[in-house]
Amino acid sequence: MSEAVSEPAVSRGKTARAALRLLREPLGAFALVLVVGVIAAAVFADVLASADPSKIAPRDRFMAPGMEHLLGTDQLGRDLFSRVLFGGRIALTVALGSTGVSLLIGVALGLVAGYGPRWLDNLLILLFDAIKSFPTVMLALAFVTLFGPSLTAVVVVVVIVNVPGYARIIRTQTIALKSAEFVTAAQSMGAGTARILRVHILPNVIGPILILASMDIPVVIAIEAGMSFLGLGVRPPTPSWGAILNDGFANIRETVWIVFAGGMPIILTTLGFTFLGEALRDIFDPRLKAR
Amino acid sequence: MLDYAVKRLGLAVVIVSVAMLLLFSMIYLIPGDPASVALGPRATEAMKAALRERMGLDQPIWVQFWNFYSRAWMGDLGTEVLSERPVLTVVGEQLPYTLALVAGGITWSVALGIPLGCWAAVRRGSWIDRVVGVLSVAVIAVPSFVVAIYALLIFAVALQWLPAIGAGKPGDLGDQLVHLILPSLAVGLGWVGYIARIVRASMLEVLEASHIRTAYAFGLPDRLIIYRYALSIAILPTVTLLGIGVGQMLSSAVFAEIVFSRPGIGKLVYDAILTRNFPVVSGAVLVTTAFFVLLNLLADLIVGALDPRVRSSF
Repeated sequence: MSEAVSEPAVSRGKTARAALRLLREPLGAFALVLVVGVIAAAVFADVLASADPSKIAPRDRFMAPGMEHLLGTDQLGRDLFSRVLFGGRIALTVALGSTGVSLLIGVALGLVAGYGPRWLDNLLILLFDAIKSFPTVMLALAFVTLFGPSLTAVVVVVVIVNVPGYARIIRTQTIALKSAEFVTAAQSMGAGTARILRVHILPNVIGPILILASMDIPVVIAIEAGMSFLGLGVRPPTPSWGAILNDGFANIRETVWIVFAGGMPIILTTLGFTFLGEALRDIFDPRLKAR
Repeated sequence: MLDYAVKRLGLAVVIVSVAMLLLFSMIYLIPGDPASVALGPRATEAMKAALRERMGLDQPIWVQFWNFYSRAWMGDLGTEVLSERPVLTVVGEQLPYTLALVAGGITWSVALGIPLGCWAAVRRGSWIDRVVGVLSVAVIAVPSFVVAIYALLIFAVALQWLPAIGAGKPGDLGDQLVHLILPSLAVGLGWVGYIARIVRASMLEVLEASHIRTAYAFGLPDRLIIYRYALSIAILPTVTLLGIGVGQMLSSAVFAEIVFSRPGIGKLVYDAILTRNFPVVSGAVLVTTAFFVLLNLLADLIVGALDPRVRSSF
């Protein structure tokens, strides 16, 4: 990194400096462009869409990409470009929503396990290990059989699967900090458990977990798309990338364009978020690289 | 070693037990009565009452759990709702297909991942290293069912090199292997990335070790040092990694089986969901979970046998 270029960024603080470093890394810049593009496409879906994503036009079925339908049409003549845009909304909402909820629960349980009594710690660890021992998709399938297919079921499964990972990391760090001098000092000055956890421990353990959570977003997008591909996520006619891919798979001998339209956004989004997560991790916390 | 093995085995049993408790409590969280859910809307009251009694639903909940738990350890996972065949038999029939698929996935990931990781480590910092690095992350990121569909589209539908459907003729090993190529690629491709990364990292560490430096100082040929002395140590972490990997490969296998219309646990569960055949779903989940825990146990025991530090820290 050349000093002359990074100098003006120093005054603007850590975030700006990190952003500059990210943009200088070709892969990081590429990933950032992809992620911003996907988020923009999802946010402005109703402006960008050229047609109603659920409007059926049987006479226009299986059209190849062209000026009128940028990505062609599916077996019901629906405009795939619009479906992909609105599918992006579903993917990002599920990914951000379930990752956020998993973080809240994971951090809370991790603090409890790390700071609480030993028996509670052991119990929680056992629970986490048991959850981790289910193959994810198998657990999701069992869950959907019982509670019926829906996006909520997908979100709940993702939360159940993700919480143990976050909680374990928070727990390990909390245990390490428990006997730190500043915590003992706070205790001796009469600070309550809630205050110690909130003011003294949480700010010190939250950083790495946020980066790890951002790296889980592509995994969650893959789970939502996968469940919707199996017909166990979103209900038709709601557009989801997985559902589009399933339409394409069912008609794979008629046309390849539906598979293309459903698969490409999944590939580009997971690649974008993954490379961005890797780049951010290398910038903010190189120690995590060993993981 | 024995001490470590017993402790580790005990932990595995406890984990499977807690997993069973979780699965059991999920069944009891469903809104409505399991008997009416299983039988569907057209069942009569008498049919429901009969099934409830057969499933033991009229007993107190802890008795029900104990029955479920003790029978499961004896291999009794209940019977299918309609055909009344034992679930263990049904799952057992499909398991070999899924295991073959996972074994194929491991073969792909090891066959591609170890050479790539080794190559990248030996040429550290070169463009090859960079390409392998980017490629490893990329294949990890892309979901396996997308790989499955694109592989089907390219190699089976467009190029027609490989078959698209089924597991091959029974008894014809060659035909079965040909049918295994694409689905197992979909299962294993992501793990090529994980293995390449870990082999590269551990290879870099090993190449710094004094015995390897000594070998270089003695003027042994590079090829011999790298493949014979360094790589044989550097591939050890892949054992643990594959133990974890099998769990994810079992998940990917569900999609590969559905995309390529292969028989197997995934297809079984998927069909059971559509017919709301819950005993089959829970039985299959339990068998795959137990299998996964067992493999992790084996991986830990192998590593424990090879590396005494692991044993003492447990």
